[in-house]
Amino acid sequence: MKKSLLVPDARTRRRNAAEKRFRAYGAVAIAIGLSFLVVLLTTIIINGRGAFQQTYLSVPVYLDPAKLDKTGARNPDDIAKVSTFGYAPLIQTALLAQLRSLSIATPLEGAADMKALISPSAAAEVRDAVIADTTLIGQTVTFKLLASSRVDGYLKGRVTRDGVARDKNIDAVHLDLVDALRAANVVAKRFNLAFITGSDASESRPEQAGMGVAMLGSLAMMAVVLVLSLPIGVAASIYLEEFAPKNRWTDLIEVNISNLAAVPSIVFGILGLAAFIQFAHLPQSAPLVGGLVLTLMTLPTIIISTRASLKSVPPSIRDAALGVGASKMQAVFHHVLPLAMPGILTGTIIGIAQALGETAPLLLIGMVGYVATNYPDGVSSAFLDPNSAMPAQIFEWAKRADPAYYERAWGGIIILLVVLLSVNLIAILLRRRFERRW
Amino acid sequence: MSLTLIALTLIAFGIAAYAAGRARAMASAGGDSRALHSLPRYYGTYAAMMALVPAALLLALWLAMQPMVLGNAASRLIVAPDEQGLILSDVRRVADGLDVAVAEGAISENGAQALAADGTIRDLLAQVGAPLASDVTPEVLNAAQAYRRMDAYGMRLMGIAVLAVALAGLALAWSRTDKDLRARNSVEAGMRALLIIAASIATLTTLGIIASLALSTVEFFRIYPAADFFFGTTWSPSFGGGSELGVLPLLWGTLYISLIALLVAVPIGLFAAIYLSEYASPRLRSVIKPLLEVLAGIPTIVYGLFALLTVGPLLLRLFGPGGLGWMQADTAVMTAGLVMGIMLIPFVSSLSDDIMGGVPQTLRDGSYGLGATKSETIRQVVLPAALPGIVGAVLLAASRAIGETMIVVLGAGAAARLGMNPFDAMTTVTAKIVSQLTGDADFASPEALVAFALGMTLFVITLGLNVIALWVVRRYREQYD
Repeated sequence: MKKSLLVPDARTRRRNAAEKRFRAYGAVAIAIGLSFLVVLLTTIIINGRGAFQQTYLSVPVYLDPAKLDKTGARNPDDIAKVSTFGYAPLIQTALLAQLRSLSIATPLEGAADMKALISPSAAAEVRDAVIADTTLIGQTVTFKLLASSRVDGYLKGRVTRDGVARDKNIDAVHLDLVDALRAANVVAKRFNLAFITGSDASESRPEQAGMGVAMLGSLAMMAVVLVLSLPIGVAASIYLEEFAPKNRWTDLIEVNISNLAAVPSIVFGILGLAAFIQFAHLPQSAPLVGGLVLTLMTLPTIIISTRASLKSVPPSIRDAALGVGASKMQAVFHHVLPLAMPGILTGTIIGIAQALGETAPLLLIGMVGYVATNYPDGVSSAFLDPNSAMPAQIFEWAKRADPAYYERAWGGIIILLVVLLSVNLIAILLRRRFERRW
Repeated sequence: MSLTLIALTLIAFGIAAYAAGRARAMASAGGDSRALHSLPRYYGTYAAMMALVPAALLLALWLAMQPMVLGNAASRLIVAPDEQGLILSDVRRVADGLDVAVAEGAISENGAQALAADGTIRDLLAQVGAPLASDVTPEVLNAAQAYRRMDAYGMRLMGIAVLAVALAGLALAWSRTDKDLRARNSVEAGMRALLIIAASIATLTTLGIIASLALSTVEFFRIYPAADFFFGTTWSPSFGGGSELGVLPLLWGTLYISLIALLVAVPIGLFAAIYLSEYASPRLRSVIKPLLEVLAGIPTIVYGLFALLTVGPLLLRLFGPGGLGWMQADTAVMTAGLVMGIMLIPFVSSLSDDIMGGVPQTLRDGSYGLGATKSETIRQVVLPAALPGIVGAVLLAASRAIGETMIVVLGAGAAARLGMNPFDAMTTVTAKIVSQLTGDADFASPEALVAFALGMTLFVITLGLNVIALWVVRRYREQYD
């Protein structure tokens, strides 16, 4: 057979096939990597969107004066003495009465049987409304009350009729009732604002748990991180980049910073526990301590990116300033630093976004557990009172036994990722807007 | 004299010093700022600096020392020596509580001093939000009252001392200020000192880490033999005593999970890097690289939840009792390893891509000139040239895998086990640090102290890997520069 450049021989064909294969491996690797990203994000959205909807019952409750205000004097102190235990039967009776009026047939006879449908928090909600406005007593008021976690799960498909057989909190009869109530529009899912603004709830009330307090905890920590790490990081970078002589001490500092950036975050947690809590006796679980630990963790990141942006300012700027008689300090602070500022801010924001998602060190300083229960009542309380943070709250929910909390954990992740995304977007926009090429 | 008042006074003082210094310099130059050595504002800053810096240092020092001195003095009033620490903290709590009560107006200052040691104090303190565990004994109350008196006295003394120092500093600056004073040089020296302090904080952090780990580790080895820790093959802590705390099963779990993670991340990451750096158009690369890097930006708690609730159950369906029967529960080495591998892909791909981009084009052109195809060039020229850097990238990913916490806490299980089956639950060094230090552990027990020894082990391993990786990458860079 005649050989020609136009007719590839077997060896060339083999080599070309190998070339195509090799290229395909690369494309497949990228496809796998991107598909992991897609799978991860869709899993989060599918599992987490449920947390943004919650099942409510609209029940007209007759606020019986005989039960709520025995003296009849409408004295606020007497009314406040009636605990939530006094309200729960009223709600249950009201729900049963509503069933009768809608002529929904059910084998459940007693008002106490309604307990499985209503969240334990409903009584507190009604009580708060009554204490806020005592004239409501004696009237029939329609409340939108939280349904119990199982009812919510049934509407979202988490609780199934097969599973209910082994569940001692709710029976199939209740589910029949829920179906009927749903048809009558008494039971309905609505947007769950309380999940974004609310506080954590006890193990048995997943329907009430929210991220709001933990978000405030994260916010307080980030404030500490920003206030401490930006000035310290910028000052350290200026010294290392502009002033430091080349000697052993500065070499040591440089090696240190690059190694600190790779120290596992949990080790920073141990440092925080030993230095801030055991040695300095700062309060445990406080966002202030969390912020201090995260500051130490974020500093190397900020220093590295700040040095890069200082380095990218051309030497001619410094030379020109020195040439017209500025001191070195003036050249740096009047000319180099302002020009490097966009880059520094971008690096800082990215460092803070990293700190925002960090969980492990927070576990060691006690920002996990049933801590994010109350809104801070002031600035110092926001920094010093026990609180959780967004990622630690997600971890806390993931550990709890009730599967209803898993939905909350996924939902929490959606909130966390949205916050991270917006923070990073700010960084990208800053860079786009102010970036300068020399 | 309260702290806020002192701070406010100092700030006002600083502003006054600035104005005074500036005015004196201008006066000495006869109102013509051209006759001055430095710009007028530097004279002001100089005076403010001289007034505030020594005063602020004294304030910080005093605030750090006063509780210790007072604690010593108060402990002399306590008779029972064995429970001194506990009683002392009671004393502090009562004293602080009384301060709060006075500040909130629940009781007058004279009333607070005249309190008798009965139930009223506890009720009073509970009322202002400082609840006590038990009723106050006369001894504690006595010590607390003494503590409060000394505290108030100390604060007054501190205020006077700080203001005196500030005044002396200002006087010194005032006497020195004149038109030939090199004010700018002094101010800049002060700023430079600040910059150096900031730069030293990173070093202090490292020292802090080492100190906090080393002190407790030494204490741990004093009550638990080091040989048993490093070579023990059983990990069974029990807070009742009689724990076996061998690190080997934890190290094995750590390494096994990291190995699986690298088996996932290295091939995918490396091929992705090859495609990005050698085949992809710049436009495609600028889209795909950041997308892959999103994987590294997602918080690890998200991966942990993904492992626990998605990957674990999925693997259990495939390999569990219903499928191949190798797996018993959703938490396993495989679960954590796979998910961690996903997280590490961008660590390998981005760094390798940068390093392959640094291989000089002339090497590739030479290879093409000899008739090699693109893939032959990559395999036989680019990869060998970039190999040290790629090894560095893989080592960095490994150090990341070893130090990773949330994925293994949620995905790997809690059983410390030396086994080969990747579908068994195992646990890691990081997961055990978390479990030993969270909860109400007594920090002096070996079961809690072991966490510091584990932290030290982890710190040394990751630091070693990191130092090697940086060294390899740096050596490689020098090759072509």
